[in-house]
Amino acid sequence: MTVHSFEQHFEDKIDNEISIEPRDWMPDDYRKTLIRQISQHAHSEIVGMLPEGNWITRAPSLRRKAVLLAKVQDEGGHGLYLYSAAETLGISRDEMLEQLHSGKAKYSSIFNYPSLTWADMGAIGWLVDGAAIMNQVPLCRTSYGPYARAMVRVCKEESFHQRQGFEIMLTLSKGTEVQKKLAQDALNRWWWPSIMMFGPSDDNSPNTEKSMRWRIKRFTNDELRQKFIDVTVEQTKILGLEVPDKDLKWNEERGHYDFGKINWDEFWNVVKGNGPCNKQRLETRKKAWEDGAWVRDAAMAHAEKRKNKKAAKAA
Amino acid sequence: MTTSNKAEWPLWEVFIRSKAGLDHKHAGSLHAADAEMAIENARDVYTRRMEGVSIWVVESKYIHASDPGESESLYDPANDKVYRHPTFYNLPDELKHM
Repeated sequence: MTVHSFEQHFEDKIDNEISIEPRDWMPDDYRKTLIRQISQHAHSEIVGMLPEGNWITRAPSLRRKAVLLAKVQDEGGHGLYLYSAAETLGISRDEMLEQLHSGKAKYSSIFNYPSLTWADMGAIGWLVDGAAIMNQVPLCRTSYGPYARAMVRVCKEESFHQRQGFEIMLTLSKGTEVQKKLAQDALNRWWWPSIMMFGPSDDNSPNTEKSMRWRIKRFTNDELRQKFIDVTVEQTKILGLEVPDKDLKWNEERGHYDFGKINWDEFWNVVKGNGPCNKQRLETRKKAWEDGAWVRDAAMAHAEKRKNKKAAKAA
Repeated sequence: MTTSNKAEWPLWEVFIRSKAGLDHKHAGSLHAADAEMAIENARDVYTRRMEGVSIWVVESKYIHASDPGESESLYDPANDKVYRHPTFYNLPDELKHM
């Protein structure tokens, strides 16, 4: 087959909703786009363990502690599914980690905000995981097979994450005045960063068009953001809390909520590394990697020794 | 930033039997220093919610796979044999239990 016919075959598969698998021919750009997106997604899961890890030892009850521990462990697992999916495209795990540590690869900006109070565990589960689910559900049908399969697994596990977060918010909002204030304060701080999680608006998102054509993405950033706002505002009413957006208003004609202007300067500033916790998050990851080096080496040496012993016995 | 130039832990493919009576099915892959660690890691990564009763791990380099580029010729022999399917045969409606 000529390159042209390979390309035609690939396009036909995309058009007919046939998954692309690791050993299939694919355009370089498709491969690169996927490596960037999947590794960024994996990094987000791993760095995303940090703001919540911060509260495990201070959870208010054993139940809350067990739940938070399970959630953070899930996120580690999700990172691993995704790293494996990216590796099928020909990048190594170490290369990806190096890109994270050097700052070349990005992760979701939301994790560069600090988790200041226990109520933040509620707001993160409810809003951050809620926004992530909104993004991830369509990815279960993304065109690259290993990514889609990883996302099916992730989505199945993620739904408890959001529910446990909402439960924390509900408990606090029905509690004492101080508890209710904590819940409102967490909502105030996490609302806008959560809205920004869907990425730049469509007219400012250079990769969207190509990703939609290749069926990597199924909906645009703005479509998903609107959907998230519409469902989340209704959920906020159950909590009796107030969304920190004075321009928020139901638009009968559109059948959607209108919302205020997003502070994109803040978004780009955090992406560029100047958020409240960028430096701290990266340093924590690098330290974990460096401190773990001797464990990785020792495990390899041990495996090697056992293999040699076995071989000697057999000889 | 210091990155160890040493080789990564090898890659393993994980197969899980979800309950007795069913086949092991490919679940995904992971890195581990040896088979024992691969099984333990597979338990933590792929069976956190009782998804399995048995785990197989195979080092990925030992998997031999067919070439997708040759699919057409590889599966060609089966392509023209519709008579292998029960629906190929035209039988009267009153025929029962068949």
